[in-house]
Amino acid sequence: MSSSPAVEIDGLVKRYGGRTAVAGLSLVVSPGAITAVLGPNGAGKTTTVECCEGYRRPDGGSVRVLGLDPHRDARELRPRVGVMLQEGAGLYPGARPRELLTHLARMYAHPLETGQLIEWLGLHDAERTPVRRLSGGERQRLALACALVGRPELVFLDEPTSGVDPAMRRSIWDLLSQLRADGVTVVLTTHLIDEAERIADQVAIIDDGRLVATGSPAELTSSDESTVQFTGPPRLNLSTLGDALPPDAVVRETAPGRYLVAGTVNPQLLATVASWCAAHDVLPEELQIGRRSLEDVFLELTGRRHA
Amino acid sequence: MTFSPAPGAAPVTRMLLAQTAFETRLLLRNGEQLLLTAVIPALLLGLLAAVPVFDTDGYDRVDFLVPGILALAVMSTAFTSLAIATGYERRYGVLKRLAAAPLPRWSLLLSKALTMLVIEALQVLLVGGLGMALGWRPHGSVFAVVILVVAGTLAFAGLGLLMAGTLRAEATLAAANLVYLLLLVLGGAVIPLSQFPDGLQPVLAATPTGALAEGLRAVLADGAGVPWAAVGVLAAWAAAGMAAAARWFRWE
Repeated sequence: MSSSPAVEIDGLVKRYGGRTAVAGLSLVVSPGAITAVLGPNGAGKTTTVECCEGYRRPDGGSVRVLGLDPHRDARELRPRVGVMLQEGAGLYPGARPRELLTHLARMYAHPLETGQLIEWLGLHDAERTPVRRLSGGERQRLALACALVGRPELVFLDEPTSGVDPAMRRSIWDLLSQLRADGVTVVLTTHLIDEAERIADQVAIIDDGRLVATGSPAELTSSDESTVQFTGPPRLNLSTLGDALPPDAVVRETAPGRYLVAGTVNPQLLATVASWCAAHDVLPEELQIGRRSLEDVFLELTGRRHA
Repeated sequence: MTFSPAPGAAPVTRMLLAQTAFETRLLLRNGEQLLLTAVIPALLLGLLAAVPVFDTDGYDRVDFLVPGILALAVMSTAFTSLAIATGYERRYGVLKRLAAAPLPRWSLLLSKALTMLVIEALQVLLVGGLGMALGWRPHGSVFAVVILVVAGTLAFAGLGLLMAGTLRAEATLAAANLVYLLLLVLGGAVIPLSQFPDGLQPVLAATPTGALAEGLRAVLADGAGVPWAAVGVLAAWAAAGMAAAARWFRWE
């Protein structure tokens, strides 16, 4: 397998009318890995992926998929790339899962055996139910099966686990790990932080159409920075604490009554927090020092509007 | 089971035949579509042949009706059914998803055309068989009928795709049924155009249904050769409809 990037996005810009959905995004996807494009709703995840799938033409920058141009070389790319649209869209409403998969399999030279794929995805009981009567989760799994049936080397999965129950989510994660083990490159979008943290080799956090961070989950969370968390009464005025902290530390209320101080945690910092609490007659319950989770990183990077 | 990559497209003829067989199967299983393409034409032929509701322009009732019902059948498949099915395929992202499959776009369109021809062949068997049971004896040139049906199919398909590719699916459903009903009544399928006011007749004869019904009647009832005027009208509709569909059709 070649080590050249599976996907190379360079300075991608995409506008819809006056709105800029993607604003100069660059990202390199390694072959044979699972890459999670993580971001809040409306961050530009789907637009980015659809530029890679050849559905949208970039207004600026460039996109290469398997070294090819998604538009000009679409014909060559289509058999090599599997696509799952958001919300499992694109399934004939009157078709049954088994016949739909069998039909799609006929478009490929070496398709997967559809019966096994149906078993794997737990669609056995639904294989003769028309698509329009499938549950949301069943539709998602069928759309996933459709993306895989042609034995692609690269798959783009747009929110593959949304609307899926927790047990099925776990089995989809297992399936994605199996894909990686078999040498398939996986690019998925998600707004679930734990999903990205659990299964991705590489996480690309995007917000407002820009890449704000990328790396493995461990790289993203490891730094000298760690956190002090405590709970107390909600809506404390944190401005005086912010002033008292060293310049590299920040404090935020992550949820009502839950406070997070991120920075270089040392005894002095802890003392500062404790004395501020004492001065404000706040008992810091559940006080703990911790390493940042991917969630902390995500909220820090995208939290201005979403926290 | 291994997912190890083995990409590759099937030969294009295999994809084309698979897509045609698949779409044909879905259409034949769809009750609403069958109502338009089989039940209504058969019912109208049976009822109107039995009950002398309209004057039939000097023809035997069944000789007058069979060509008109055939025109209605072609319209129901190539216009109404195609518009509704394509409208919903667009709405549910089927067309978008297919664009990511190896099937080239031209072969998707070609497979839709082949699907229509398959359905129309079944309709000809149904309407012709029922007509013969009612005493109809076909005459005229088969070649002329084929030319008319193909020209009519292209004329209706262009308009159907234009509608499906520009309107919302629900609007397409409503509009396609309304047009079906209007042209059923006004397009010379079951009521002779001579029953309408003089000023209206040339307008109605220039509709695709009017041209196809009159053309088929000229061949099947009068034994005429290829009615080139009717073929010309249908070809003009086909050219205009296809050009407009190519220009304005939106895939998602």
